[in-house]
Amino acid sequence: MDIAQAPPLSAPMDIAFDYTRSLGPVLGRFMTGLRDRRVYGGRTSDGRVHVPPLEYDPLTHAPVTDLVEVSPTGTVVSWSWMSRPLEGQPLDLPFGWALIRLDGADTALLHAVDAGDPGRMRTGMRVRIRWAAEPVGHIRDIACFEPGDTPFSASPAAAASTPVTTMTTPIRLHYRHTTSAEESRYLRALAEGRLLGQRCPVCRKVYVPPRVCPADGVPPDEEVAVADRGTVTTFCVVNVPFAGQRLDPPYVVAQVLLDGADIPLPHLIVGCPAEEVRMGMRVAAVWREPERWSTTPENIAHFAPAGEPDAPYESYADHL
Amino acid sequence: MNRRVAVIGFAQSPCLSEAGTTSGVETLVPVLRDALAGAGLHRREVDFWCSGSSDYLAGRAFSFVNAVDAIGAFPPICESHVEMDAAWAFYEAYVKILAGEAETALVYGFGKSSAGRLRRVLALQLDPYATAPLWPDSVSIAALQARLALDAGILSERDMAEVAVRSRADAATNPYAQVAGETTAERLLAEPYLADPLRVHDCAPVGDGAAALVLAADDRARRQHERPAWITGAAHRIDPQTLGERDLTAVPSATAAAAAAELPADLDAAELHAPFTHQELLLRTALGLGDGVRINPSGGALCGNPMFSAGLNRIGAAATLVMSGQAGRVAAHATSGPALQQNLVCVLEAGR
Ligand SMILES: [Zn+2]
Repeated sequence: MDIAQAPPLSAPMDIAFDYTRSLGPVLGRFMTGLRDRRVYGGRTSDGRVHVPPLEYDPLTHAPVTDLVEVSPTGTVVSWSWMSRPLEGQPLDLPFGWALIRLDGADTALLHAVDAGDPGRMRTGMRVRIRWAAEPVGHIRDIACFEPGDTPFSASPAAAASTPVTTMTTPIRLHYRHTTSAEESRYLRALAEGRLLGQRCPVCRKVYVPPRVCPADGVPPDEEVAVADRGTVTTFCVVNVPFAGQRLDPPYVVAQVLLDGADIPLPHLIVGCPAEEVRMGMRVAAVWREPERWSTTPENIAHFAPAGEPDAPYESYADHL
Repeated sequence: MNRRVAVIGFAQSPCLSEAGTTSGVETLVPVLRDALAGAGLHRREVDFWCSGSSDYLAGRAFSFVNAVDAIGAFPPICESHVEMDAAWAFYEAYVKILAGEAETALVYGFGKSSAGRLRRVLALQLDPYATAPLWPDSVSIAALQARLALDAGILSERDMAEVAVRSRADAATNPYAQVAGETTAERLLAEPYLADPLRVHDCAPVGDGAAALVLAADDRARRQHERPAWITGAAHRIDPQTLGERDLTAVPSATAAAAAAELPADLDAAELHAPFTHQELLLRTALGLGDGVRINPSGGALCGNPMFSAGLNRIGAAATLVMSGQAGRVAAHATSGPALQQNLVCVLEAGR
């Protein structure tokens, strides 16, 4: 396929992190209650009971300290039907979303109702909490609600242990990342073992990888081959181990100004002791075996000393 | 506070179901160019830049930094960003000019909703303790609001369908719309529910897009444009984040913002940022708009809802009515957060 005509590259991208939050005095007691299979609401100065509890009284702005237990049964205030549940939602079979006012509360809690069929859902329906088998102190200790007017029978929670002070929520997101047409040409050239720069039509600077020119606000238009060797403009020695690290520290990450380019490229410097890397050092790309090349900058394993005399400072002074 | 601020330029990209790169910078380049051309301003004459976007849409940290390339940020410029719809960036720029810290400003917003699953991504804007961990999606939350309004007798499913019919007919003349065309309420009401009581026509399409708006003060605005759209009122208000804490059918923050912006009754038109049909009906009441006010002549967000620029688009569409001489006094509204939680209202007028 002609590189210039091929559609932009895209690839799936999954992001995951565990959101860990400290709870404070009000939400801590609320989550501790859920772990013990009890629901607490917060009473504000007007006498209203809020579930979930508010941390501060909206009328007086004072901290809420009065927590009262409310019933695990309640009334549906509003509902909708989820015919195709999404990842992470409380139930993986069709269910109802509902705003539920628990008996004893003045505000409504959002949760899922395992009703089986949308025909069973209605405003005013009576529901009860179905507790998770192993509560930990999290809103998901309420597995869901189910139709019913008497509390769900669950084995009594274990004797109250330490209060819950933090909660962790796993976040999983899925995207399709799409490059620009210019980035795609750069990445496809990499798959052929070439480094391709692109020139800004206004200031004539060559960007590797290509980007909309930060000085002129226009996309680059002209392709320019750049060398796979260049000059170290600046660098750092990584001494700290961290999750996902691919090399054992110490190692050097440097900005390499490729010959013919006007912007340095970050990459690894390998092939000499870390303490020998210096500004102005001439380096050359060390490519992986061609059969492993694909549309990725990882085709270049690292840069290594080129054995040339150091470049004069003036040759890279504008690129620091 | 004697300074007056006007909109003097606006441009937007078409709202597409899938467009361009994840970074958004390529989508912005022609939009910024067109907005500046409309305002007769050179890039270097912009005193302040302000943008709205969200990292969660693109799935990458500091995604707005990438987009800054499009505005030519070197040598350094004065720039700011809000992790909200760019209508709130508009407000920041408006205040910046009112405060005398800038004479001109360019506001832009962009978002690629199609990169992830929008209705799921938006769950992350909810209360992170008791709500977001359940992953309630944005369409389901809107459905809970619609049901409350239906149960209260405030509106009917037919009323909602008629909003969609009118919006799509109006969007037929809007080249930037994603959805448009003639249809009937009967036809729409025969479709199945997407999230009972919402059908597909009740929900804005998921789309990618960008927009840019140019502001200027006093004489500068008069010099740059023969018919600037003067901002005679602007305010935004916010309701509690927890859904059960507020009356979802009343939109108190929209009412409060309209009061603070001194929204007049004798408007020619109003552009409302209502991504769901029932929300337009709730907003008309909350803002006190009478039957004489033409609602969403652009087709509104129901016909194109590029996240993080759709609110700015409403201000741009309203300002364009004034700048082109089609209207003398209009209102624009933008929303952010779940079920109309946050609302911004501004009034734009011709003259002086
Ligand atoms: Zn340039």
